[in-house]
Amino acid sequence: MGGQGGGVLADWILAMGETAGYYVQVTSVPGVAQRTGATIYYLELFPEGAAAQAPVLALMPVPGDVDVVIAAELVEAGRAVQRGIVTPDRTCLIASDHRAYAIAEKSAMGDGRIRSSDIKKAIEAAAKSIVCFDMQTLAETHNTVISATLFGALAGSKALPFSTEQFESAITGTGKSVASNLAAFSAAARLARGETPTLETPSAAAPTPSVIDPDVAELLKRVDHELCTPARQTALAGVRRLLDYQDPAYANRYLDRLMSIQRVDPENDQGARLTDAVARHLALWMSYEDTIRVADIKIRRERFDRCRTDVQAGGNELVYLTEYMHPRVEEVADTLPHRLGSWLLATPWAQTFLQRFILRERKIRTSKVSGFLLLYGISSLQRFRRSTYRFMIEQNRINSWLSRIEALAEQHYDVALEVARCQNLIKGYGDTHARGVGNFTRIMEALDEHPITPQTAAQLANQRIAALADEDGAKLEASLRQVA
Amino acid sequence: MAERSFTEEVKKLRLSLGDEFRGEGILAVTKALLQSGVAYVGGYQGAPISHLMDVLGDAQQQGILDELGVHFESSASEAAAAAMLAASVNYPLRGAVAWKSTVGTNVASDALANLASGGVTGGAMVIVGEDYGEGSSIMQERTHAFAMKSQMWLLDPRPNLESIVAMVEHGFAMSEASQTPVMLELRVRACHLHGRFKSKANRRPATTLRDAMEQPVRDTSRIVLPPASFAHEHEKVDQRWPAAVEYIKSHRLNEVFEGDRDKDDIGIILQGGLFNTTNRALEILGLADSFGHSRLPIYVMNVTYPLIDDELVQFCTGKKAVLLIEEGQPDYIEQALNTILRHADINTRIHGKSMLPKAGEYTGEVLQKGIQGFFESEAPHLLPKSSDAANAARATNQKVAQDLAQSVPARPPGFCTGCPERPVFTAMKLIQRDIGDFHVSCDIGCHLFSILPPFNIGNTTMGYGLGAAGGAAFNVKSNQRMVSVMGDGGFWHNGLTSGIGNAVFNENDNVVVIVDNGYAAATGGQDILSSLADNPLRSTNNLIAKAVKGVGVKWVKTVNTYDLAKMTRTLRNAMTSTAKGPKVIVARSECMLNKQRREKPIFKSKQQAGQRVVRDRFGVDPETCTGDHSCIRLSGCPSLTIADNPDPLRTDPIAHVDNSCVGCGVCGEIAHAAVLCPSFYKAEVIYNPSRWDKYIDRARAKVIGYLQDRRARQLARYAC
Repeated sequence: MGGQGGGVLADWILAMGETAGYYVQVTSVPGVAQRTGATIYYLELFPEGAAAQAPVLALMPVPGDVDVVIAAELVEAGRAVQRGIVTPDRTCLIASDHRAYAIAEKSAMGDGRIRSSDIKKAIEAAAKSIVCFDMQTLAETHNTVISATLFGALAGSKALPFSTEQFESAITGTGKSVASNLAAFSAAARLARGETPTLETPSAAAPTPSVIDPDVAELLKRVDHELCTPARQTALAGVRRLLDYQDPAYANRYLDRLMSIQRVDPENDQGARLTDAVARHLALWMSYEDTIRVADIKIRRERFDRCRTDVQAGGNELVYLTEYMHPRVEEVADTLPHRLGSWLLATPWAQTFLQRFILRERKIRTSKVSGFLLLYGISSLQRFRRSTYRFMIEQNRINSWLSRIEALAEQHYDVALEVARCQNLIKGYGDTHARGVGNFTRIMEALDEHPITPQTAAQLANQRIAALADEDGAKLEASLRQVA
Repeated sequence: MAERSFTEEVKKLRLSLGDEFRGEGILAVTKALLQSGVAYVGGYQGAPISHLMDVLGDAQQQGILDELGVHFESSASEAAAAAMLAASVNYPLRGAVAWKSTVGTNVASDALANLASGGVTGGAMVIVGEDYGEGSSIMQERTHAFAMKSQMWLLDPRPNLESIVAMVEHGFAMSEASQTPVMLELRVRACHLHGRFKSKANRRPATTLRDAMEQPVRDTSRIVLPPASFAHEHEKVDQRWPAAVEYIKSHRLNEVFEGDRDKDDIGIILQGGLFNTTNRALEILGLADSFGHSRLPIYVMNVTYPLIDDELVQFCTGKKAVLLIEEGQPDYIEQALNTILRHADINTRIHGKSMLPKAGEYTGEVLQKGIQGFFESEAPHLLPKSSDAANAARATNQKVAQDLAQSVPARPPGFCTGCPERPVFTAMKLIQRDIGDFHVSCDIGCHLFSILPPFNIGNTTMGYGLGAAGGAAFNVKSNQRMVSVMGDGGFWHNGLTSGIGNAVFNENDNVVVIVDNGYAAATGGQDILSSLADNPLRSTNNLIAKAVKGVGVKWVKTVNTYDLAKMTRTLRNAMTSTAKGPKVIVARSECMLNKQRREKPIFKSKQQAGQRVVRDRFGVDPETCTGDHSCIRLSGCPSLTIADNPDPLRTDPIAHVDNSCVGCGVCGEIAHAAVLCPSFYKAEVIYNPSRWDKYIDRARAKVIGYLQDRRARQLARYAC
């Protein structure tokens, strides 16, 4: 794919082959590849010694006739197999198993990713031998591009009759980024030969603090004693999230609400799918993203540190952050005391005033004192959150959602479960959030309009998927009409 | 500055007699032109010919062309390039022009028809990059038709550098011998093929352009005007055609590869360009070796027009059947072969499109199937038993391929990271939310990617520079205007007249967006009239807005595309303005590929030299991103991707900006303009900060650090 150095890799193989006394022919079909599609470089190597005359070399791969296929990404490896050029009687497949997501996967409104394991299984069956690991990350750790690790994997695979020195001198010969390319090459070659274990990313477990606040200890006790085993992990994550979001009292309220569902969950202690789902979605809903929350996240030290890492800033570099914010009347109302918020939303002249003088696109420079203080100030409104307009609205929504689940749990377990999962429709900010709430409400209204049948749960699931299928709601409408 | 630099490679153009040349196809063709004593070269870029133009440009900059007295220009269009060959009409000057075909040949055909009618004195060659089959970006047609209709000879050499170079040299001689322009057809892979050949010394043109200018020659019988034009038609068939046939025969331009003597009752006839693929198909079937020795005779047409009747009759005599391998449709050669054999009263069966697909590229796999079918029907005893192992392997592969059908997502091309054209279409998408959908007439260029996800904008495209012309009919009263898009490349190619002038003259009230990224970007970043870079050999900095005003447009706005808010506002104004006549928006920002190519090395060297430099990059806060991906649907930037959600309670992947980000800022602008979410941030990374930078940073860190500590203590209180 564009930027992966496919041309460089082809040139290395070409140089290596010609130096070793081979006729080497390289062809490619570039063009739109550099603009995110994929290019195939095709090489044929023919020993000069074996020929009194020049061989007739082909310009494109033929199925069953290819010794080595090098794929610089997992889906592209899958595509090579689909094209038929990887065959189990002949082909050594060298593939990086990292993913560069396709636009369809990226732009889905939920999780549109294909399962990598499906492709991996398939390509293993299609090749004679396979070298497959994350060559992208390996290249990045050596500060170079994937062509170097692919070349290393090719050397390690022993699919070509060239020595490691011959490979290395091809890299040296180009005179560009030689040190980093050689290091990446050697690391990949060792991995391909099985001399070093595959990379594993250490999972960073949060350290347990030595002193635990008594209120928090009480909460943890509740989780341990009251929650059924299957939901305990999720509930614990929920408690942590709400402590981070507000305070122990709010987390306690979360547990109260959750217990009201657990009490009516007939699967209690044998899966407790409903309790577990509510534990997840309730925590997310109760920690809805308001202005206070966003400001609170933006000002934290860990966030500053993470940004530094993300942009690969070294110790000597300074990093300045700028936030892209666009507060609207709604966000202001959300953060006001609830009467004032309702008044604002019902008072056009006040809105016009705000829009004219205060509300507009804002770039807030968080790393500078004034910008930081602004966000810090907003985040300090946390202690007043319970009196805000948004809090009132969200608690009402949560309560009606919970009572709906509670009412359905015993008679229509699967329907209750689907209602719980519908929380996932409400996400984002601004218009995105409004659209999510709208879809959620439409689905709930439709649920009220029709008697519950054995198909209802499946219909709800379909509607939930349909609501995330497009932005204009056409799929959801179609799905709702099917029920009617 | 073109995308790919051939500064090093062009030195190979100086190789002399006996040296071995190793390199790419287009470089070999350039060398062949110099060996042929060419006096002038022109052309228009477009895959797969772009690199030929880049090679010539770099050779010119290095003085290699000047040394030999060769003039080269980047023509304004293929029509301009074809018309340039007029220099070979009156003077013994060899000239060559190049372009992407068939699209370029379409544009050039007026000049080509005039050239071919009057005929030439000096050798005139058109090098066509046949953009057909895999990777092609255009309609699938054959250049063959143009050769036939205007009577130009069509060369289709075997795809190895030795043959290609020889055919360039013969092409000029044959053009002179028959007073007819010739076309050299190169398929995509042949242009990009790395191979070798024995080079000859370069030749200075015997007559120079200067000689011609100082001693002009006039011959009205060469000009297409009655009565000469009627005489030309007779000349073509009575004199030029036989002369060409004579040249081809006497120089054995077409080749016969003898097979085993006793298997001579069948044979293969093919276009030279398909020889290597065919030989490989035969090899896999066990019917040929790696050196082109096959079990049955092969007649290779390195010249596919005109056909040499005698040679074909001779080849078919005594054969019960031949397989004709002719790529593309219509099957001109097959029709002609049938006529030739009928006239000669020869009953050899001709298998062509009956064995091979009527349309589509003849890949190795396709040819293997076709040839196998031919043998099964005509000589099954010659066909070795196919191996069970290979068959089993194929079966496994097909099964796996089926399994993969669901899981391998398409990867349609899209705008590059940081592309300045992206916000133009984001703006359109945002406006469509307010004023409803409108018709969009597209052009040829990178901007055509708008028709693909995630933008899905655009209704038609009628050809290069024809974006505005493609919307000309929608010039009636309506409640919704339409928008045409035109690239700067297309604008200078013909869009200024066909689109803008046309709209002014016909009082069209619609909107034209001219995407001005400073280069012919889609073809590899070549300079054009409005490029802002200084080019020592060309005149640049001729502004599009000035040209547009020059043809009478009153409403012209130039907008920096990265300013999404302004872009959106301007487009909305254009859609609703009551002004009469076309509303032209010049959407201007430099192509990011070119910009990066220029600026990255400078940045790196400054950074290494310890100078203060600032790099912008964008990022997404994983805690505030809720995984809706609206931002991706409005952007499609390759660097804006997705990552696992670090939140244990959430499953949808979050948006994530990877290290390829160039800091163009469009994602932040989108978050603003579409009121999306507060997750985007810009990070300015200051390398080698100054003392003042460090001082102020320490001061800020004191205040900010104090408050961050305070917040951290609050959070730590409830940690568990």
